[in-house]
Amino acid sequence: MSIEVKHIGKSFGSFAALRDVSLRVNDGELVALLGPSGSGKTTLLRIIAGLETADPNPRSEILFHDASVTNRSVGQRRVGFVFQHYALFRHMSVFENIAFGLRVRPRNERPSNPELRDRVNHLLKLIQLEGFGNRYPSQLSGGQRQRVALARALAVEPKVLLLDEPFGALDAKVRQGLRTWLRKLHDEIHLTSVLVTHDQEEALEVADRVVVMNQARIEQVGTPDEVFHRPATPFVMEFLGQVNVFRGRVSGGRVLLGELALDHPRHTAARDGSATVYMRPHELDIKLSRNGAPSLAARVVRLNPAGSVAKVHLRATDGADIQVDLTLDRFHELNLADGDDVFVYPKNARVFVPDYAI
Amino acid sequence: MKPIRRKYSVLPGFGLTMGYTVLYLSLIVLIPLTALLLKSASVGWEEFWRTVSSPSVVASYKLTFGASLIAASINALFGFVVAWTLVRYRFPGKRLVDAMVDLPFALPTAVSGIALTAIYSRNGWIGQYLEPLGIKAAFSPLGIVIALTFIGLPFVVRTLQPALEDLEKENEEAAASLGASRLQSFRYVILPAVLPALLTGFAMSFARALGEYGSVVFISGNMPMKTEITSLLIVSKLEQYDVAGATAIATVMLLASFGLLLAINLLQWWSSQRHRGVA
Repeated sequence: MSIEVKHIGKSFGSFAALRDVSLRVNDGELVALLGPSGSGKTTLLRIIAGLETADPNPRSEILFHDASVTNRSVGQRRVGFVFQHYALFRHMSVFENIAFGLRVRPRNERPSNPELRDRVNHLLKLIQLEGFGNRYPSQLSGGQRQRVALARALAVEPKVLLLDEPFGALDAKVRQGLRTWLRKLHDEIHLTSVLVTHDQEEALEVADRVVVMNQARIEQVGTPDEVFHRPATPFVMEFLGQVNVFRGRVSGGRVLLGELALDHPRHTAARDGSATVYMRPHELDIKLSRNGAPSLAARVVRLNPAGSVAKVHLRATDGADIQVDLTLDRFHELNLADGDDVFVYPKNARVFVPDYAI
Repeated sequence: MKPIRRKYSVLPGFGLTMGYTVLYLSLIVLIPLTALLLKSASVGWEEFWRTVSSPSVVASYKLTFGASLIAASINALFGFVVAWTLVRYRFPGKRLVDAMVDLPFALPTAVSGIALTAIYSRNGWIGQYLEPLGIKAAFSPLGIVIALTFIGLPFVVRTLQPALEDLEKENEEAAASLGASRLQSFRYVILPAVLPALLTGFAMSFARALGEYGSVVFISGNMPMKTEITSLLIVSKLEQYDVAGATAIATVMLLASFGLLLAINLLQWWSSQRHRGVA
């Protein structure tokens, strides 16, 4: 079941949460809406679910499987919605929480008791909480609660699954585990899913495609690989992963940064002016002496080899902070110490020239 | 063996506050109640039984408990609506309405009694329209229910408000997304969550109604066997210097109220246990 939204706008008072957003999620896909808080990602998810209505606009439309659901209520849309803070019914046992969606069906659609029990037990097994049916939500850990919430959403056999920061309230370790589990689950049941998150690592790891949102708009839609390695805008570049930002100059179709001159065919037509140069920490190399190629001179400020890569903090001669990630092998080979003078060689760099409004 | 060290607290003073609590409760509650029991015991069992089981007294029990129960039930229902409106919606004058809920707390009960009588009597603002319908509001059991409803309303509203404010909007959204109708969401999600608070409000409203005197004596008309409440009987016994008789009836009231409150508290405890799970 595909999901498509067209020209969705939403404002709360004078605050615009979404501006003319359009997006298509293909059947069986897991898409992550990624962005900082206030970027409109949760609002978009809630509008898809029917928990919020878009601002009136004749062009705006929400389609499930290419059929409009714009005027259907949340109950009629058959979506499974998972909330950040679980929203479990405190006064019901785990079993009853999961069974809720089946029990509130009209009598002729309601499954018989044995059927219902089978269905709930099957779901309990799916979320690896067999034997927890009689417990109450207060007796479960955060991760367990969220899995119950997921099972409750799946019990009604929704056509799409919508998850609003489902792991946001959990600690890092549990989050990591649940993330992997969710991806596995998705591979088993292939339910079209939309996941809202502000955690870029989560989005890049779990999703088939990532939708990066900022200030009520979609910045870029692409596979994790695309958005990470070929960011379309400076925002995406800065939001995903760490990045060193430099101010350069455009001159004669080349971007000059210190003694570095970067070729950027995309910008050959750009007028002379300033440009922003982005370099990811792992795309920089450090050498102890110049090798003839243009480089940036810098001094070692801090070394942090604890981790899968060694983080080297440098200060360039012009005062800019630079972070370089080196493999541990390379780090030991260089044998750096605080205060060393070194030379930074970029292996890759991205340039964005600000658009000039006329 | 090391002595158990008291848990550190930034605001010590358990000894002082506990001492004060015991003293205060003794002076204000326990000693007067004990005196009541002792005094009523002084008349002997037979005399006691004759006093508390005389037809006019039994009729007053029925009236008092019946009217209080009806009033508390009405309050539970409409107090819920008032609390719901005040918590859920924003409307002009909301603060004023909110403050008005407290009026029955603040008004001298005699004043409210007179005001209610004036409005509901045969030629009062509302009474004049009820009279042709054959409804006699003032000077009837109905009038007593009206007065008891009036004084009990704030108890239900004030206990329910925090519980309703605590409800998570997400719970209702979850219910709706699972296909529950509005009625089902209310019945299965909202009501169970606020039931303990509702029961507390009901119990307090009921207890308050049982002991009410001031407002009822004006509107009830105090006709023997018909509209005499128990508190009134106690007062009239006292006026005849029959202190023992008054305390005997009071003792029955005390035991009955205590029993009822205990039952309601147990019910409330049970429902909150069920809802919170055995943690």
